[in-house]
Amino acid sequence: MGAKRFGGLAATILAMTLAVPAFASDAKDDPLAAYRSGEMYSGYVTGDPSSREIQDDDMMNPSFLWVDKAAELWTTADGTAGKSCADCHGDVESLKGAATKYPTTDAATGKFMNVELKINDCRERQMGAAPFKFESDELLGMTTLVKLQSRGMPMNIDITGPNEKWFKKGEEFYFTSRGQLDLACADCHITNEGMYMRAEKLSQGQPNGFPTYRMKWQKLGSLHRRMRGCNDNIRAEKLKGLGEDYLAVETYISWRASGLPVETPSVRK
Amino acid sequence: MTVTPHTFGLRRPMIACATALVGLTLAGTASAEMARVQDPGLQPYTINGAEISEPLTAEPGDAKRGKALFINRKMGNCLTCHTAPIPEEDFHGNVGPDLAGVGSRMTAAELRLRLVDAKALLPESLMPSFYRTAGLRQVKKDFVGKPILKAQEIEDVIAYLQTLK
Repeated sequence: MGAKRFGGLAATILAMTLAVPAFASDAKDDPLAAYRSGEMYSGYVTGDPSSREIQDDDMMNPSFLWVDKAAELWTTADGTAGKSCADCHGDVESLKGAATKYPTTDAATGKFMNVELKINDCRERQMGAAPFKFESDELLGMTTLVKLQSRGMPMNIDITGPNEKWFKKGEEFYFTSRGQLDLACADCHITNEGMYMRAEKLSQGQPNGFPTYRMKWQKLGSLHRRMRGCNDNIRAEKLKGLGEDYLAVETYISWRASGLPVETPSVRK
Repeated sequence: MTVTPHTFGLRRPMIACATALVGLTLAGTASAEMARVQDPGLQPYTINGAEISEPLTAEPGDAKRGKALFINRKMGNCLTCHTAPIPEEDFHGNVGPDLAGVGSRMTAAELRLRLVDAKALLPESLMPSFYRTAGLRQVKKDFVGKPILKAQEIEDVIAYLQTLK
């Protein structure tokens, strides 16, 4: 496992060094080349064609029901400051590229945040508004709207400086077995990726398409919800959404996804 | 005498392990690795090298019940990772080895250790320990202190695997 893991690291560094990793030399032969970076590939590559078709068409992708509502919220004043997102940020397109760097340490507060936590920090500190609840339609929609502005841009996570301890905490979690079934994230998503557990092909567990519209859920859902489901599958206690453990794991797997395009909102079965 | 029932690799660091280990030595078998294991709430058993020679229960395993447990997704759920000669079930996994012919390749005693605690034999194995309650972390509350399969169920699955000649 160690060799494969560091092979992945080497490939990631190589991919990051190249200017346009998503469009490698074999792009002409491989229509899915944009969804690969070195040894890393998005769940889109192994997804079923019907899910891909829906993801590829924003008119068909149900995620845009949430996005449309979030676009209304963007310009709606809320909280004691009487401000909307647009009052500070202008058009949401001004956030193009921003989501590629999350999770990261917030310059203003020194706190470590993913996009959800940053949105809630904005609401609390700038708007004087209550934070959106984990997995609420509002938080899912706003997170998706913000990440959508970076769609197609490569994930680009900084794991140096104050981010490093979060990366290391996430890496330790990822390689530590847990639950009655005593499995680590890495057991499925690194050691056995591409193998089958009954009809399920084990993915690399890439985060670049979240929030994702999952057919099984019949709704848009967050990365941390997916992690809770993973923990439940191995008969482990589900941990708190937006809590430190899953935030750390998000950091590790977002770094692992470096070079893969933001795909939010992806569609998966 | 070496006592190595629950071996953790770096990836599975030892946490507070409540397993009671009582080493046994038998006269004239100094070279064999023997370890007595008793996890909280479970039957004690003795690992003898790559085997658990003694059945966990007095009642012999039942192959028919064992096959049902093998398939049942809430019990053995073995087809998640293994392919087996059960054509009526769709979609067998391929994470673990194909179990066709496993009854010819291994004795009941060897199968017993692999089911009870495969990691005692192969620390890097991903196979869950089906008869274990100690040394685990973040276990879902409903399953704390419970093994994946009970002693008789382990014996039943062994009896089924023995039929795969």
